[in-house]
Amino acid sequence: MRPDSPHEHDDVPHGHPHPSADPHAPLPADARALRIGIGGPVGSGKTALVAALCRALGGELRLAVVTNDIYTTEDADFLKRNGVLPPERIRAVETGCCPHTAIRDDISANLDAIEELEAALGPLDLLLVESGGDNLTATFSKGLIDFQIFVVDVAGGDKVPRKGGPGVTTADLLVVNKTDLAPLVGADLSVMERDARARRGELPTVFLSIAADRQATPVADWVRGLVAAAVR
Amino acid sequence: MDTTLLLLADGRFPAGGHAHSSGLEAAVAAGRVAGLAEVEAFLRGRLTTAGPVAAAFAAAACQGISPAVLDVELDARTPSPAARLASRRQGRALLRAGRATWPSARYDDVPHHPDGCHQPIALGLTAAAAGLTAEQTALVAAYGVLTGPASAAVRLLGLDPYQVQAMLARLATACDEISSDAVAAAAGGPPSDLPSASAPLADIHAETHATWEVRLFAS
Repeated sequence: MRPDSPHEHDDVPHGHPHPSADPHAPLPADARALRIGIGGPVGSGKTALVAALCRALGGELRLAVVTNDIYTTEDADFLKRNGVLPPERIRAVETGCCPHTAIRDDISANLDAIEELEAALGPLDLLLVESGGDNLTATFSKGLIDFQIFVVDVAGGDKVPRKGGPGVTTADLLVVNKTDLAPLVGADLSVMERDARARRGELPTVFLSIAADRQATPVADWVRGLVAAAVR
Repeated sequence: MDTTLLLLADGRFPAGGHAHSSGLEAAVAAGRVAGLAEVEAFLRGRLTTAGPVAAAFAAAACQGISPAVLDVELDARTPSPAARLASRRQGRALLRAGRATWPSARYDDVPHHPDGCHQPIALGLTAAAAGLTAEQTALVAAYGVLTGPASAAVRLLGLDPYQVQAMLARLATACDEISSDAVAAAAGGPPSDLPSASAPLADIHAETHATWEVRLFAS
């Protein structure tokens, strides 16, 4: 269980600790790393976001990554090639053509990967679990992660926030990436912002271009806040 | 216990099986399996080789035969390191789900191994924790040998799912027989006499598959 999230979420189904949960239930002896899931459609920039977070946070947090790309080593290789994280801090999980299943219905392979990383590296502050590229219905199990980020991009169409789906609607943070492409693809960011607010209520949404902001600063700051709250 | 049996046998039981094709992905890539007829032959092969071994070891573990002894015996029957790893990874996942679903002291005997406990042994211990009989345990094991790669075949080859189910129905009697024979094999004699059917091509497939840079399934 994790401490309170930094936002309100009255009207959105969520998996944070329920108000009726026993506040005196014992916490694990060793507080485990904060786990953040990163999901979103194919090509929206999940791996680029993971790389940006590694650049931004790798020097200040004990960090490791589990990737679920359908092509086992593709994403892990991308991170290694870009030199953003040492190879021993990255694990790839095969999902048997079922990226959904691996992060939601049967999370065992991801839990194994996390435990192997923790056993090999010692205590960690932050674990990023990147889902395989999927569609708008992908969400993570709360048995696997504490918070989830959903990444969409403006080139996927400015109607995406309006379409909703569990990823857009319930993610703890919605990231709209590739804002630099908006004029090229005729996407209206104000429409996306309005629709995201309508879908998500008070849940935060950030617009960014990872191509321009190589450290995904607003997302990194959001993660810093969660990590700080978790160790408080 | 029927509902308990169905829970454990259900492909939706979160025991990590969805990520494994049990050699089918390698067989497809090698061009040996391309359609429904080959899948059926592949499954008959799995059922008659992996089937008796998995079912008998699961039944033996359920009946209280020392898991440590069974672990050594299963290693001896699994020459491919990649196949061993796949079995242990699936066993570890199954135990994770089993412990959460049916807490029991039966898991205390799980052999310690960094890669996990062989899947049939994990299945036997989980089934015992759930209160299932050796007969039911063997059936779950044989059924899993059949349905795991069948599900992978639907995803890998885009087969008609109705035809795949009809094929599984055709194999049902064989699966029943394999599991009841395995119970008989597990009932008497030392663990070294448990079934030891194997398929060299399956071991070769497992080893080849493990070297791929790009794969969809963990095995």
